[in-house]
Amino acid sequence: MLRIDYLSIAGLPPLSFEVAPGQCLAIEGPSGSGKTRLLRAIADLDPAEGYVFLEGVERAEMAGPLWRRRVRFVSAEPAWWAATPRAHFSPAARLDRLLATLGLEHLNLDQPVAQLSTGERQRLALVRALADDPPVLLLDEPTSALAATNAALASEFIKFQILAGRIVILVSHDTVQIERLATARLHLSDVVWPAASESAAA
Amino acid sequence: MNSVALSNTDLLSAALLLAINGAISVAFGLRLELNLLLASVRMVVQVAAIGFVLKFVFAQSSPLWTAGVAMLMLLLAGYELIARQERRFKGWWSYGLGNATLLFASGVATLYAVTVVIAPSPWYAPRYLLPVLGMVLGSTLTSVSLALQTLAEGIERERGAIEARIAQGGTRFAAFAPLLRRAMRTATTPLLNIISVAGMVTMPGMMTGQILAGADPTAAARYQIVLMFVMAGAAGLGAFAAAFGGVLLLSDNRHRLRLDRLAPFASVR
Repeated sequence: MLRIDYLSIAGLPPLSFEVAPGQCLAIEGPSGSGKTRLLRAIADLDPAEGYVFLEGVERAEMAGPLWRRRVRFVSAEPAWWAATPRAHFSPAARLDRLLATLGLEHLNLDQPVAQLSTGERQRLALVRALADDPPVLLLDEPTSALAATNAALASEFIKFQILAGRIVILVSHDTVQIERLATARLHLSDVVWPAASESAAA
Repeated sequence: MNSVALSNTDLLSAALLLAINGAISVAFGLRLELNLLLASVRMVVQVAAIGFVLKFVFAQSSPLWTAGVAMLMLLLAGYELIARQERRFKGWWSYGLGNATLLFASGVATLYAVTVVIAPSPWYAPRYLLPVLGMVLGSTLTSVSLALQTLAEGIERERGAIEARIAQGGTRFAAFAPLLRRAMRTATTPLLNIISVAGMVTMPGMMTGQILAGADPTAAARYQIVLMFVMAGAAGLGAFAAAFGGVLLLSDNRHRLRLDRLAPFASVR
């Protein structure tokens, strides 16, 4: 169980919600509404007031790297710190199945990352995020750079992760994908300060 | 140790050479004559002032006066360091990190040089301590400023890669390692160049000065070699402390990247 308690993101009221294993919460809202910042705060990549519990343990109770090994943020624009894809994985990682489910079975892991297409890199980022089996996935626009067939593959892949019992929070503009994957939805433009809604009415 | 003492007339006749420079500037419309004049006057005042201050401090031979001048030199170097930074840390740390690094690296190297290597009696004799500190500060200033600059420039460009590694559960040290290595490398390179060409391409200024002042050239060479090693040590320590301190400042104990601690670009003079 991932429990968010009064988490403060600038421009939003404190947020509280829970996502259970095998559930997928979709976060929607216009650009700039704080979707990415919310995911980053849950992964403890940015300082944010409030509490985030995973299986009853608050993020501050464990070291940051340990938390992020469990709560994995996948950026909409994945970045790479080494020259080849292989250098981003531990030598012991078993990647064949992950690569195959995302249609990357023919990818040469020793060619420069820069030579991969944007779509290949985005799918490879999913493989990288899953390689060490984190229980929580925070996906920021995971299929934004993918062609239709590959986006379908990736959606299928995420569906499989949810069925396998992972906790997934998904930010997406793709309503079909949200319909297909989400077990609950949070619309950030719906959560407003009481004061703000009053002044909007006036 | 006898050499020709220079009189005021000698200084004036040397200044004639500067006049040639000024004349060229006027003749070819370089419009540098005013700058040339101001810079020369400034140089004369500064160098003469240092001469008088050092003469005074040498005469006192008191550890307090020596420490005072040393502190002043450190502060001036710290100020110069900040002025050179294009991208500074916010608030107090902007001064804190640079000055702490300078103090640490120059202090360790200088104290080692005067207590263990040169070891005059007393070890704090200003005639040895202050010139050594001056040279050490020069090389530390270069290496610290290069380390901080490389770090600040690199962090902007490699932000994505660093955060990807952090998001993947890496520690801040793992995430920063490539940048840290590059910053230290860049910071140490100028000193390596100076060392490798010293005596071949350039005649080090300190050695030239000693020889002109009447010292035995081989004795001057010994001093130069010792000082090169001391400067190398200080530059290395400075590069390490600045780069490492910079990484600690740009991340927090939750191993998050904290670019918010970097101030916007400042104008450099």
